[in-house]
Amino acid sequence: MDMMTAAHINSLLAAMVLLTAFGMLVQKRIYGLIHLFTWQGLFLSLNTAVVGYVASQHHLYISSVLTLALKVIALPYILHVLIHRLKIHKEVETVVNIPTTMLIGLALVVLSYHLTSPIRELSTLITRSTLAIALATVMIGLLMMITRRHAVTQIIGFLAMENGLFFAATSATYGMPLVVELGVALDMLIAAFIFGIFFFHIHTTFDSLDVEQMARLKEDE
Amino acid sequence: MSFYYLFVELLQVVLLLALAPVFLGWVRMVKCWAQGRTSAGLFQPYRDLAKLFAKEVLLAENASWIFRFTPYLVFGTAVLAGAIVPIITVDLPLSPSADVIVIIGLFAIARFFTALAGMDIGTAFGGMGSSREMMIASLAEPAMLMAIFTVSLANKSTSLSQIVQVICTTGASIKPSLAFALLAFVLIALAETGRVPVDNPATHLELTMIHEAMILEYSGRHLALIEWASAMKLFLFVSIGIAAFAPWGIALANEMLSLPLALLFLVLKFAVAGVGIVLIETGLAKMRIFRVPEFLGAAFMLATLGMLSFFILD
Amino acid sequence: MMLQPLSLAACAIVLLLLTAGSASLYRGNRRLMIMFSFALASVASLLATIAGIWTVGSEMTVKGILPIGLPDLPFHVRFDPLAGYFFTIIGLLALFVSVYSIGYVQGIPANRPVTSLIIFYCLFLAGMFMVILADDALFFLVAWEVMAGASYFLVLFEHERQENRKAAFLYLVVAHIGAIAILLAFGVLAGIATPGSFSGYTFDAMRGAEIPDLWATVAFFLVFFGFAAKAGVVPLHVWLPEAHPVAPSNVSALMSGVMLKTAIYGIVRVTFDLIHTFPWWWGAIVLTLGLISAVMGVLYALMQHDLKRLLAYHSVENIGIILIGIGLAMIFTSFELPMLAALAFIAGLYHTMNHAIFKGLLFMGAGSVLHATGERNMEEMGGLIHRMPWTSALFLIGCVAISALPPLNGFVSEWLTFQAFLLSPSLPAPIMQLLIPMGAAMLALTGALAAACFVKAFGVTFLGHWRGHHHPHVHEADWPMRIGMLSAALTCVCLGIFPVVYINWMDILAKQFVGSSISSSAAAYGWLWLTPVSPERASYSGTTVFLGILGVVVAVYLLLHVRPGAIRRVPIWDCGFEKLNARMQYTATSFSMPIRRIFGHLFSIREEVSLAPQTAHKAFPKRLQYHLRVVDRVWNWMYRPVVDVCFWLSRQVGRLQQGRIQAYLIYSFVTILVLLVFAS
Repeated sequence: MDMMTAAHINSLLAAMVLLTAFGMLVQKRIYGLIHLFTWQGLFLSLNTAVVGYVASQHHLYISSVLTLALKVIALPYILHVLIHRLKIHKEVETVVNIPTTMLIGLALVVLSYHLTSPIRELSTLITRSTLAIALATVMIGLLMMITRRHAVTQIIGFLAMENGLFFAATSATYGMPLVVELGVALDMLIAAFIFGIFFFHIHTTFDSLDVEQMARLKEDE
Repeated sequence: MSFYYLFVELLQVVLLLALAPVFLGWVRMVKCWAQGRTSAGLFQPYRDLAKLFAKEVLLAENASWIFRFTPYLVFGTAVLAGAIVPIITVDLPLSPSADVIVIIGLFAIARFFTALAGMDIGTAFGGMGSSREMMIASLAEPAMLMAIFTVSLANKSTSLSQIVQVICTTGASIKPSLAFALLAFVLIALAETGRVPVDNPATHLELTMIHEAMILEYSGRHLALIEWASAMKLFLFVSIGIAAFAPWGIALANEMLSLPLALLFLVLKFAVAGVGIVLIETGLAKMRIFRVPEFLGAAFMLATLGMLSFFILD
Repeated sequence: MMLQPLSLAACAIVLLLLTAGSASLYRGNRRLMIMFSFALASVASLLATIAGIWTVGSEMTVKGILPIGLPDLPFHVRFDPLAGYFFTIIGLLALFVSVYSIGYVQGIPANRPVTSLIIFYCLFLAGMFMVILADDALFFLVAWEVMAGASYFLVLFEHERQENRKAAFLYLVVAHIGAIAILLAFGVLAGIATPGSFSGYTFDAMRGAEIPDLWATVAFFLVFFGFAAKAGVVPLHVWLPEAHPVAPSNVSALMSGVMLKTAIYGIVRVTFDLIHTFPWWWGAIVLTLGLISAVMGVLYALMQHDLKRLLAYHSVENIGIILIGIGLAMIFTSFELPMLAALAFIAGLYHTMNHAIFKGLLFMGAGSVLHATGERNMEEMGGLIHRMPWTSALFLIGCVAISALPPLNGFVSEWLTFQAFLLSPSLPAPIMQLLIPMGAAMLALTGALAAACFVKAFGVTFLGHWRGHHHPHVHEADWPMRIGMLSAALTCVCLGIFPVVYINWMDILAKQFVGSSISSSAAAYGWLWLTPVSPERASYSGTTVFLGILGVVVAVYLLLHVRPGAIRRVPIWDCGFEKLNARMQYTATSFSMPIRRIFGHLFSIREEVSLAPQTAHKAFPKRLQYHLRVVDRVWNWMYRPVVDVCFWLSRQVGRLQQGRIQAYLIYSFVTILVLLVFAS
């Protein structure tokens, strides 16, 4: 596999990550969201492996396997179980309407392209052009958390953001040191468990996972 | 040489006229198979056309000349577009007269007049069809142009023949921008040719029809022309898709001898495209009319992502 | 004196002024007055057109100084290709409209005096021509005011209606705020050109001056604000849909068709000629405002059911499209890409001509409908194609042209604009490369929505059955009106199918103002093929497309009519309902409902359904009434606060009024004291 092909595959996978990010932004069904999240993890893991191969950074293989195990298998499984236990299969609502959300998402892509252009010009890595996509993925994850009102979708948005950060690390500097990555992975797993526990509590308290309900916590004056 | 040009031009138009109903028949046939029904055969659209041409025309009392003129215009624009889109070869003498923007414009003028014809009689159905068709068209057109522009930017041309020539001579590479553009193009082509999930070409149920509502009052040869033209439109959208995204096999400039091969490729690609359409149509349900903007919005998003990734990644 | 374009132009203006002056001499013979005056106006417009075509064709520039004006500040005139180009636009449409007016004004009810209409019509035309000719700030502003004043009185023609007076007042206010901005801009430029003297008021002095960036920016924004107010650029457009529809239709045609173009002329003249070097972000602002105007204009047009209001909103849209071309040209120029700038510049100016002609045609058509039915509300119309075959066919040509459909002229200019958009990868800044093609999507949206809008306008007005409650005696337009519309329609067709000839002629403008021409590439393959960049890049042949469609249509028609075609006229198929009536048709409101719903958040919409009269039970209403109010959001966002502030200020100032003479004496006394303290 030569450099050109690798660069092509890298950008194709980056495009797929972006596509899944947009897919999550507009997907209304929770199961669909989880599937998209799984796909995103898969593309990310593949991309990490490809970058690891091209840059001969062997610790990236470990990151790749870790991503696969955590984001493609463990987290989706946990979320599935959660949804099954909490009996939420309905369509999720969005706060802002979907076309507007999409347009904002597109604007964010343009913005991240603009913001990363100084780095792109300085960097010599073959992954430099995907940095914009990575930043965009982070921003879209945040946008998703803003525009959704369901607690589970917010968590998925959060996880997608983390995907973006991981992707950014891979494309900007060929990944973080392995220790950091392991730590982050562990954090993610623990976070997922804590979220699960919180979901149950929120669910039993409010009988719903709609985060709008949280507004009721505020004391009336 | 000039005889050759004339020959391929005529050959293309004849192929378009002849194959468009067959392709429609093929789509219907595969659909029947997919749904476990017995099909009416590959040539049923021909029989339908022949029947319609033989019938007399019933014209509503207050139909104006627009109503009678529209079928001819719709047919004319489809034939002209077929003379320009490279279906089997890029050596078309008419191809410089219109690039892909003009071809979209040709479909637009056909739609403009069809919508007027729908309003001409003054029934509620006609108006409803026109209104919905124009709504869908106005959302589909920007997405269509964005998808096409992505291809044009990648190949530095808006002329379809030139795009085919460039893609075939520079060799294949998977570009994310083109993948996005192709996805968007498929979604929009479904909307523009009135297929499921946007419109259902087989329905005459009052509230769900769009294109059929506009042409509800047509009969006889007028209806035959419109039906034939819409078969050609489907055929042409597939051809445009092939030319812009997978042109391999189309005879390039000054390659007379590869015409038979081009023909073979054409048949193969259309067979595959027909199966693809059927898979989409049987896999999806027809949408409510106000879900269509979301569908087209997604197409627009894909097309725009294609254009963005052309600049970011390519 | 040798016959030259400038003297022809001067003849045209003098003839118009004479016509205006002599209008009151016909005393009582109304028919004769209308016929002669508009015939003379036509002749003058023809002269102006010839002068314009001649100047552009011969690529010459003639200057002159008039012996009138203020002492030591004479009026300067200059007739260069840019002026010639706009002369051609104005002259051509004025010619068609003047011929049309012979018939149209005859049809105005006899109890309404038309002398003032004729006088102001001629003054209005003369004012526009003088604006184009002016070569100094003084003459420009005088001509500008003549034009604005005359058009104010024309808007006020049917002054007994409250709404017309309101519209005219609004128009006057906006026109003058704009004029003040233009005046200030010229002041800035003149002050920098020759500090300390008045001689900088000529455009020549401004051209030669080295203007510091800051002051150039100030001048540009003032001038752009002023001209944008005149051209109806969003958000300064609110006066336009109020004022244009209430004027007589021939005047609406001129106002929408060419008066807005004087503002385009002003923008081009000041930016490309007087300031001539500018940063890219000016162009970006022009482009953005152009895109916003285009999309918002057409969306608001879709919501209208008053035919003339709808057309007026389309002027906002088309001005937007023109500004897109101009803005792109500015961006390309500032990055020193003259070839691309030339393409965008030509696209913008081509659309300027196109819009003048087809908008004029459409307003004339709307005038004929108004004339025949006395209705402006489309919801009351329908089926006019049977009674008005000429008007409907010609109006249809205008609809096809404005909807940017091939092979007519609107398509050519939009196609050129698309090609300019697609050249954005040549720009050095990556972010611009990325953002500019997004504009192409908005332009495509505009074109598609315009098509939807004109399906609605034509379909509801001319097709179907008559929807109205009363049945007026509808008659076809008379011959002068038909000739006026017919010539405009023919021009639309010619501009659509012979674009190369036209671009060759106007190419000198690009050469003069952006430093490159496109005719060497655009017309490299003869008059038939338009290849703006290179034949590999893109090519278009309007003629072939036109003949191709025509050929297939005729061939198929003949083929199918070898045997006598059996056509049987039958009643409409009613699905077995048997009680179809005209009220069941789609109306303008229902036609645009899907789009209104999709873009709903851009409008402020109020919908109400009420039962009238009240019935015993809600489930069995006798009649339902549906009210829909679509308000321009810009009103509430921009104008309402301004109006509120003005009223608040006025109230504060109002406190000064005491009604006691002593108080007023104190004011004067304090003023004198202050002056003495500070002036000494």
